Amino acid sequence: MKGLGGLFLIVRRSLRQHALSTIITACSIALASGLVMAVFAIQIQTREAFTGGSLGYDAVLGARGSSLQLVLNTVFHLETSPGNIPYSMYTEIKKDPRVTLAIPYAVGDNYQGYRIVGTSDELFTKFEYQHGKKFQFQAGGRAFDPTKNEAVIGSFVAAQTGLIIGSTFTPYHGLVYDEKMKHNDLYTVVGITETTNTPSDRVVWIPIDGIYRMSGHVLRGTGDVYKPKENETIPDEHKEVSAVILKLRSPQDGINLSQTINVQGKVATLAWPISKTMLELFDKIGWLSRILELVAYLVIAVAAGSILASIYNSINERRREFAILRALGAKRMTVFAVIVLEAVAIAAIGVVLGYLVYAAILSATAYVVKTQTGVVMNVFRFDSILYITPLVMIAVGALAGLLPAFKAYRTDVADNLTPIS
Amino acid sequence: MSVLEIRDLKKGFTSPDKEFHLVVDVPEFSLESGEQIALEGESGSGKTTFLNLIAGILQADSGRVSVDGVEMTALKEAARDSLRARAIGYVFQTFNLLQGYTALENVLLGMAFGVGADKSHATKLLERVGLKERMNYRPRQLSVGQQQRVAVARALANKPKLVLADEPTGNLDTTRAQESLTLIREVCKENGAALLLVSHAPEVLSQFERVESLSKINRALGEDSKFKIQNSK
Repeated sequence: MKGLGGLFLIVRRSLRQHALSTIITACSIALASGLVMAVFAIQIQTREAFTGGSLGYDAVLGARGSSLQLVLNTVFHLETSPGNIPYSMYTEIKKDPRVTLAIPYAVGDNYQGYRIVGTSDELFTKFEYQHGKKFQFQAGGRAFDPTKNEAVIGSFVAAQTGLIIGSTFTPYHGLVYDEKMKHNDLYTVVGITETTNTPSDRVVWIPIDGIYRMSGHVLRGTGDVYKPKENETIPDEHKEVSAVILKLRSPQDGINLSQTINVQGKVATLAWPISKTMLELFDKIGWLSRILELVAYLVIAVAAGSILASIYNSINERRREFAILRALGAKRMTVFAVIVLEAVAIAAIGVVLGYLVYAAILSATAYVVKTQTGVVMNVFRFDSILYITPLVMIAVGALAGLLPAFKAYRTDVADNLTPIS
Repeated sequence: MSVLEIRDLKKGFTSPDKEFHLVVDVPEFSLESGEQIALEGESGSGKTTFLNLIAGILQADSGRVSVDGVEMTALKEAARDSLRARAIGYVFQTFNLLQGYTALENVLLGMAFGVGADKSHATKLLERVGLKERMNYRPRQLSVGQQQRVAVARALANKPKLVLADEPTGNLDTTRAQESLTLIREVCKENGAALLLVSHAPEVLSQFERVESLSKINRALGEDSKFKIQNSK
């Protein structure tokens, strides 16, 4: 136990002797460390989830207006729809050789707050939400029959509402659940999709024709009100869609289509590429990120201050202890090192606890993000912030220990060995 | 061979009224290896200052102190600390045990900065001073006499060549004081350490073959000296 061993014994004893202040200080470090890691991890993961993930389609066609609103409404099932476009735009773009897949969406209803989206059965037969992955159904399930009042629900909807295959439910008008806005139609659940960890898990899919025929709905495709009759085929000119999701042949086709629709056209908006649109959102709220980061840095500074205060305040009462150690042969630098090591030890304890704080914050955030958007965050994903932050906190702890260490360094031995004669 | 040699050692300090006072002025003093002597000195006679100068805790203003053949006074502070850790044991008047540490840990720290701690050696020392059953007790859990024995064990932990003892029996009753004195002398003898013990108690001084008077060897305490201190530096 020469040298280092003595140092560690002294540090351990000191931390234990001042257990309460050690714990409190370590907790403040834990909070700072956990908060910093969580803030950066959330920023990284949400940015990636909302802008970088594969969605299975390249562009969204919708009413003239904000691309961001269109993407949020169609891709993430948030926000209100910016409006409708004629059904003919869907049929035309579906035939466009630049488009390999076109699937219509019609929105405006909900079940217990979960959005009901009218669409075609191609969503289940052709669409791949990730490369090579089509929607799969839980045992006993299947896609809906586009001519019937059948529904396919996402796994999250099933878990939250208790709907199972064979359950019936009634849609409600609007995007927010209101008991008074109940439709008269009854739908039967015929399929529950396997979890995809995408916003689709939070959606109720019904045939688009069902939206058109929903009690209380009217069609205004021509400008005049049209109420479909039962068993009557609805002429296309009366129909509208909220959006069309598109898979394109190539990126060059995206450029061309964007030019045609956004620049030369006046009726619709083509949101392409989708990731760029979402990046605009993050740029818009970039100030929020910076504020959160600033808060995180301030918390680090406060934590460092608490280490400094905690140890500095104990130096006076420990002068005799330092004098005794010096009298036993410890050098000034040894005493200095003891104090810095104590600060590092407190920071290290705090950093370890910080992982618990990080996990708690990230778990809570992941839950909220998932329930609100369907986007899944990974609490256990390894990011560089998870080792950079601890290193920084320990370095900050060491720095905070320098001032009290210097005070201990200057302890006069003879003056503090009492009493003397 | 001398384990301690002092030549023209001087140390003074400046009082609050800005006057410089000489506290220690020792022209010559020496102690042979294994020798045990008592130094008689009253309170305020500068004996702690004298011991601190020998231990290298204080830096002399001038003169020379050699411990185990090494000139302490020529060393920088860190080197003095190392020499003290290696070659000197110190039994303080108030023991100066570290309150947050057990008896065993106090003894281990007595050797940690010098020869390196050896738990079995520390254990043997504590057994020798009769504290086998109290090794894991903290000072506040020990009697005064037991604390003093821990201090003795700690002073000998680094196998010093020289043990300094500053009024080691000052806080003990007569019976305990005698036991303690006997213990210190025996353990020093067993370990081959010279002993320089400072005391003002006649019953302590009378047990040593060689007794020096601080007032005789320290010229700063002469009749012409203006200085009589309670708390010398």
